[in-house]
Amino acid sequence: MSVQLSWYLLLAAGLFCIGGFGALTRRNAVAVLMGIELMLNAVNINLVAFWRYTNVAQMTGQVFAVFVITVAAAEAAVGLALIIAIYRQRRTVNVEEMNTMKG
Amino acid sequence: MEAVAFAILAVVTLGGAIMVVLSQNLMRSALWLILSFFGIAGFFVLLQAEFLAVTQVLVYIGAISTLIIFAIMLSRNFMDPSEPRFNEQWGLVGGFSALLFIGLATVVTRVAWPVSAGLPPADAIQRLGIDFVTAYAVPFEVASVLLVVSMIGAIIIARDRE
Repeated sequence: MSVQLSWYLLLAAGLFCIGGFGALTRRNAVAVLMGIELMLNAVNINLVAFWRYTNVAQMTGQVFAVFVITVAAAEAAVGLALIIAIYRQRRTVNVEEMNTMKG
Repeated sequence: MEAVAFAILAVVTLGGAIMVVLSQNLMRSALWLILSFFGIAGFFVLLQAEFLAVTQVLVYIGAISTLIIFAIMLSRNFMDPSEPRFNEQWGLVGGFSALLFIGLATVVTRVAWPVSAGLPPADAIQRLGIDFVTAYAVPFEVASVLLVVSMIGAIIIARDRE
């Protein structure tokens, strides 16, 4: 039984939904960021699986995946810096308490 | 044989991801995340994208996970372990996530993807490198600028104000 493309897509869909659930329900800001990283990894699996099964001759899928990893690294750095700065000011990393801009 | 490897990696990756989301201890969540990332690197090897697998390990596990652990340690607010992990919408969000997964799974298994049997080229990594400096040179440079900007921004944001 050889591995089908749809298996990879199902796996990535599952990973994306798990990450989405984590990003939307966790109260700790760092945990939210971890959920976002899971979602980005699910996208990467999708990209590389489509590259492998559809158009192996061109490296577009892998190039796109490398850019996703790059942007995820930049975003994680800035996001975590923000969390550290907020913690320094308010002594909390609970996203429900970060509501000073609420109307 | 490939299917066995796929199954094992799927258990590792999805199991790690579930434990990331459900774990009470934040540090344990970070370690489960690292396990998930290793599983994904394994998937990249299975998909014959070896350069991407190594990049995944170097960047995600080596840099991003380390950053996450740093941030966890620098924001320890002696959180009460009995404090709930989830906000009060977890049921609704869980339902929507399951619905999203069912929708995606339905689409993914019904569509006839244009699968073309073929092996990756023998000089895949060379082609990747050539692509980065010829066809995708502009996004490559923009990504470099993005990294510099984010590095400067992160340093300034997290800097100690005296």
